[in-house]
Amino acid sequence: MNDEAQALRKPGSAGSRLKALIRSSEIDTRMLTMVMVLIVLWLGLHMITDGLFLTARNLYNLAVQSSVVSIMATGMVLVIVARHIDLSVGSVMGFTGMVIAWLQVDIFTLGAAWNWPLTILLGLALGGVIGAWQGYWIAYRSIPAFVVTLGGLLMFRGFAFLVTDGRTVAPMDPTYQLLGGGIDGSIGAMWSWVFGIVAITIVALLTWQNRNSRSKHGFTPKPIVMELALLLLWAALIIGFVMVMNAYTKPRTDIPRGIPVPVLILIGVVIVMSLITKVTSFGRYVFAMGGNPRAAELSGINVKKTTMMIFMIMGVLCGIAAVITTARLNAGANSMGMLAELSVIAAAVIGGTSLAGGVGSIAGAILGAVIMQSLENGMVLIGVSSAMRQVVIGLVLILAVWFDTIYKKTR
Amino acid sequence: MTKAPLVEMKGVHKRFGGVHAVKNVSLDLYPGEVVGVLGHNGAGKSVLMAMLSGALPIDEGEIHINGAKADIRTPRDARAYGIETIYQTLALADNLNAPANLFLGRELKTAWGTLDDDSMEAEARQVLHRLNPNFTNINDAVVNMSGGQRQVVAIARAIYFDARILIMDEPTAALGPSESAMVKDLTKKLSAEGIGIFLISHDMHDVFDICDRIMVMKNGENVGMYPIEDVTKDDVLSLIILGRLPEDWQPRSKQKVDAV
Repeated sequence: MNDEAQALRKPGSAGSRLKALIRSSEIDTRMLTMVMVLIVLWLGLHMITDGLFLTARNLYNLAVQSSVVSIMATGMVLVIVARHIDLSVGSVMGFTGMVIAWLQVDIFTLGAAWNWPLTILLGLALGGVIGAWQGYWIAYRSIPAFVVTLGGLLMFRGFAFLVTDGRTVAPMDPTYQLLGGGIDGSIGAMWSWVFGIVAITIVALLTWQNRNSRSKHGFTPKPIVMELALLLLWAALIIGFVMVMNAYTKPRTDIPRGIPVPVLILIGVVIVMSLITKVTSFGRYVFAMGGNPRAAELSGINVKKTTMMIFMIMGVLCGIAAVITTARLNAGANSMGMLAELSVIAAAVIGGTSLAGGVGSIAGAILGAVIMQSLENGMVLIGVSSAMRQVVIGLVLILAVWFDTIYKKTR
Repeated sequence: MTKAPLVEMKGVHKRFGGVHAVKNVSLDLYPGEVVGVLGHNGAGKSVLMAMLSGALPIDEGEIHINGAKADIRTPRDARAYGIETIYQTLALADNLNAPANLFLGRELKTAWGTLDDDSMEAEARQVLHRLNPNFTNINDAVVNMSGGQRQVVAIARAIYFDARILIMDEPTAALGPSESAMVKDLTKKLSAEGIGIFLISHDMHDVFDICDRIMVMKNGENVGMYPIEDVTKDDVLSLIILGRLPEDWQPRSKQKVDAV
C-alpha cells in the first residue's frame, strides 16, 4: 500500500519504478504472487508427470473438477471476510444434492421436461433456507458461526443419509446430466468461440467505460499502454482457454468438446459474486463488518441482516455445487461433499482471504481453488496415495496461512 | 436563550447490570451552541452521548429534538434526526479507503442502483481537501493513514451530511497542535452556522476556547451546568473531582459586574 509513497521518495531506482508501474495497473501484488505459484506448480507437475499434466484432456478435467470447489469458495470469501466461518458447506451440499436426486428420480416423473428445472429451483431454495436458518442463529442469537456450522456439518450429513436411508439414487434426467460436464456436457467449438469473443468484447467495454468515468470526474486515468497491455493479456487468456477446451475431443472422434457447462456456471457465479462484492452496498457492508464490526454498526449498517444474508448466499451456492455434483455423478449419494468444507476454506485462504476478516477477493478464491485442485490432480497423475495427498493438502493449508501472516507483517 | 432547544434530554437513565452508569441526567442544547460535557473517565459522559447517537439504547427518560419527542434506538435513527457523531475510537473500517468510510451506510448510487465509487471519490476529495489540503492518498486503506488523517476522515464523515447536532468525543486527542487548531476553528465555524455541538473533552484549554456552556458529570450524575463565563478552570476541576463548586462560589460574570 505504501508503494506510491516509496516511489515518490526515490523516483530514480528501477525497483520503485517497477512498483509504481505495478501499482498503476492496480494489480494486487499478492494476486501476482499466486499466479506465479500456479505457473510454477503447473510447470513442475508437467515435468514430473512426463508431459501428462498440461494436456488439453487434463486441463479440461481440471477445469471441471475445480468448478465445484470454486463455486462454494466464492461464498466462503464473503463468510470469512465478515469474520465468520462455515464448516457445514460440504454437508449442506450433500443434503441438497440428495434432495434434488430423490425428488427428480423417486418423486417426480423422470423424463418430464419440467422435472429437472423444478428440482434445481427447489434445491437452490433449500440451500438458501438452510443458510438463512444457520445465519439466524449466528446473527440474531449470537451463537458463534463455528458452533452453528459445526452442528450443521453433523445435522445435514445426517439428513443426507435420512433422505433415502442411505440408498444411492440414480440415474438422473439425461438433460440434467449435461450440467455435470460429461461427454456431452460442453458447448462445442463454435459456441466456445462465440463465448470467447463476447467475453473479450465485454472486458474491452468495461475498460473503456471505467476510463470514461474516471476522466469525467477529473481523475488521471491509468496509462493507456498499461490498459492496452492488460486488455491484451485478458484476450490472450480467454483465447488460450477456448483453444485448450476445443483441443480436447470426444472419445473416438475429432469433435471438439469446447467449454464444459460447469465452467460456464462457475463463470456466471464469479460474475454475480464479483458484482455483489464490488458494486453493491451489501458487498461494501460485508467488508466493513470484517474491518471493524463496531464501526459498521455505528454507521447504521444492519449487521444482523447482512450476516444472515451472507449465510443465505453461501447456502444457495452449496445448492449450485450440488447440482453440478449430482449431474456429474449421474446419481445422488449421501457421501457427496464429504470434507469439501476443508477444500473450500483452503481455496479461499490460499486465495488471499484473511482469517482475521476484512480482506479477500473472489478472483483470489478461484485461483486458490485451481491451485488446490492442480495439486490434487497432479498427485493423482503421479500416483500419490490418497492418504499422502491428504497430508500434502493439509500442509499446504498451513503454509498458506503462514504466508498470509508474513505478508501482513512485511507490508 | 429564548429559542427552542435543539436537543433536550430529560431524566435519562442507563444501567449495565448492577452498574448505574447514568442517573437521571437532564441536559439541553441550543442551535449554534457548544456545550462541553466533562467528567472523569467512567463518569458516564460517553454513555450519555452514546444514547443520543443511538449506539446504546436508552433505559429510562426521554429525548426531545426540536421540541418533539424522538425515538432513537439505532445509529440510523440518530442520523435521521440530523445527529452525527465523531467517536473517540473514530469508528472507521480500517480495511476500506477514505471515500468508502466517509459514505459508509449512505453510499452514493448510480442510476443502476450500484455503488458510484467515482462520484464518492470526487466528493471525498473535495471535503477532505477542505479540511486538510495535504490529504492526497485518499484511496489507501485508512489503516495506512496517520492519526491526523484518520481523524480528518472521521470528522469529514460527520459534517458532510448536513448535521444539525454534532457529538464530538475527544476530537483532538490524537492530533498535533496545528491539526488541533484546525479542528477548533472548524468547531467554531460549524456552531456559527447554527449547528449544536456536544464536546466531550479532557483538555481545559479546548473547553474554555470553544464552549458556551459546560456540563459536568460525576458517578453518572449531572453535578452542574454553567455558562462558561460563570466558572473558572479551578471551579470546573472542583466539579469534576469533588462533584461540587467551591463553597465561596458565585457566578464569576456577576462578580465582575459587582467589582465594577
